[in-house]
Amino acid sequence: MNGTDKLGVFDGSGSKPDGWNRPPVIEPDGDAELLEVAMGPHHPSTHGVFRMDVALDGERVIRLKPVFGYLHRNHEKIAEGLGYLGSMPFTDRLDYMCPLTNNWAYALAVEKLTGQEVPERAEYLRVILGELTRVQNHASAIGFLIQEMGASGTPLMYAFREREKILDLFEALTGARMMVNYMRFGGCRVDATPAWLDAARKVVAGLPGFADEMDRLLSGNEILMARTQGVGILKPELAVNAGVTGPMLRASGVNYDIRKVDSYGIYNRFNFRVPLGDHGDVYDRYMIRLLEMRESIKILEQALKDIPAGPVMDPKAKIRGFRPKPGEAYGRIEAPKGELGFYLISDGGPNPYRYRIRPPSLINLTVLEDMALGENVADVVLIFGSVDIVLGEVDR
Amino acid sequence: MKTAEEIKAAIEAAVPGAGVEFITNPSVSGQHSLRLEPSCAVEVAKFLRDELSFDLLSNVTGVDWPDKAVTDKVKVTRTVTKTVDGIEQPVEETVEETRTRVTPGCLEAVYHLFSVALKQGPLTLRMRTVNRTDHVELPSLTPIWRSAEFQEREIFDLFGIVFTGHPDLRRLLMWDGFKDHPMRRDYVEPDDFEYEPTAHDDVLKRALAHQAAIAGSASQKGTGAGQ
Repeated sequence: MNGTDKLGVFDGSGSKPDGWNRPPVIEPDGDAELLEVAMGPHHPSTHGVFRMDVALDGERVIRLKPVFGYLHRNHEKIAEGLGYLGSMPFTDRLDYMCPLTNNWAYALAVEKLTGQEVPERAEYLRVILGELTRVQNHASAIGFLIQEMGASGTPLMYAFREREKILDLFEALTGARMMVNYMRFGGCRVDATPAWLDAARKVVAGLPGFADEMDRLLSGNEILMARTQGVGILKPELAVNAGVTGPMLRASGVNYDIRKVDSYGIYNRFNFRVPLGDHGDVYDRYMIRLLEMRESIKILEQALKDIPAGPVMDPKAKIRGFRPKPGEAYGRIEAPKGELGFYLISDGGPNPYRYRIRPPSLINLTVLEDMALGENVADVVLIFGSVDIVLGEVDR
Repeated sequence: MKTAEEIKAAIEAAVPGAGVEFITNPSVSGQHSLRLEPSCAVEVAKFLRDELSFDLLSNVTGVDWPDKAVTDKVKVTRTVTKTVDGIEQPVEETVEETRTRVTPGCLEAVYHLFSVALKQGPLTLRMRTVNRTDHVELPSLTPIWRSAEFQEREIFDLFGIVFTGHPDLRRLLMWDGFKDHPMRRDYVEPDDFEYEPTAHDDVLKRALAHQAAIAGSASQKGTGAGQ
């Protein structure tokens, strides 16, 4: 166990020798015969249909190759045949745990392409919904991680109890619990009533207690610490080079949060901190999610206090059948899983010429092999769970 | 942050003969891009990562630009023989002719770079293949930025750009036996794709005939069971 060794600080300096960013080649002991295991596509830990082809020497992982595409439906091709608005409901189905942040990222990219302005109340609503999404995503991610460790039920059900309250809020506002189809270019589809805002304040008031409860239940748990500390270490240089973003990158100690860097929307108005990890192991990735939940609750409290009156949509804005000027735009947000980006090319027609999603789940899996090599096969499940992916987004 | 023009000048100073072209983006997003010469792309990418601190390659994607038929109207002046006032004589006449020419298409790879160390970005890089059929090679930037690994595999899978120097260039989303590249603009789905007959129409007729035959043979044998 080298979990006590702290990582260096990432400063991006220095050139590297060729091949430093490739996974190391591990030789099996002696003339051991390798056991090749296909973990998935129907393994309970794979959150859907995902396969890892693993080669084992005893219990030690020698090689790991992820296999994708079981849920591929070529969403990007479908979007080329639809108008800009027509793709909005499809974005809900990408990362179906966080539909509202997907809506937001797409709306942001189209707003960059067309130059539409968003009214202030809509910006506040987007922040409130985005941070609620982050809280429920991180709670579920922790719940699933602990579930995969063998703590069957309790932590996951605690997380889902809280997620239910947040999904009820989504349903009251948008009409759907998961397939929300809520945001529009230049605002939001419907306004929140005062009663909804009161209900949201009530839910948010209960969230710090939930975070404390999870913290007391899990953080000092001996089994959790033994299973996760020093396991699946990701070095900050490799994390940045491999395009890893979100809580996983910050658990490796790299201070990069797009809410702070781009301060898209109105994030520069809120007072919150970016938690950073010290070791880059599975435990840090668990802890970062818990701490980010607390920061999200802070943002939610501020946003629900300050939300102004006004329209949520510019009445003159055209959301249907518009034709952006030829050109391109890349818009990105800090989704709960990492950097979610949309790249759009317009040729002046009513449909996008090219519509590309930058999926954080897929790109965060680039380093799965590096983290898992040399570890026990039982820990592969944990390392994979700590990446926090949704297959709807990986395979698109 | 340095503008794309300044970065272009820095690249040209550091990598002689890099052949970087500045591409204006007419959209309000103002994200202009630099088109790299594929032969120098790896060297330029290394310079951008190590000297200009573009350490995060966020997004890699492909774009298909098919062959385009462009119709121009050209005014042509020519001499024709016409009968004017009962006498045949050559007359100069200007007519409008439509001419169609084909601009050759290409496949394009687009890279969006950010800097974690300097909190800057995005810088958009592009590379174009020679054509869409037989010269579709581009240099892989995976040795410089690991994040291109899966994304370049996806482009190879869906667009058919072959990235030379990629450590593990296989299809990512489609299965290994798949032949075509679905994200190309001229892709046509095969109409007999994974056809499975269901119990309709003539299949239903055959199914009923089969069942009747089974029932007939069973009663002939006098077993009487399994009806």
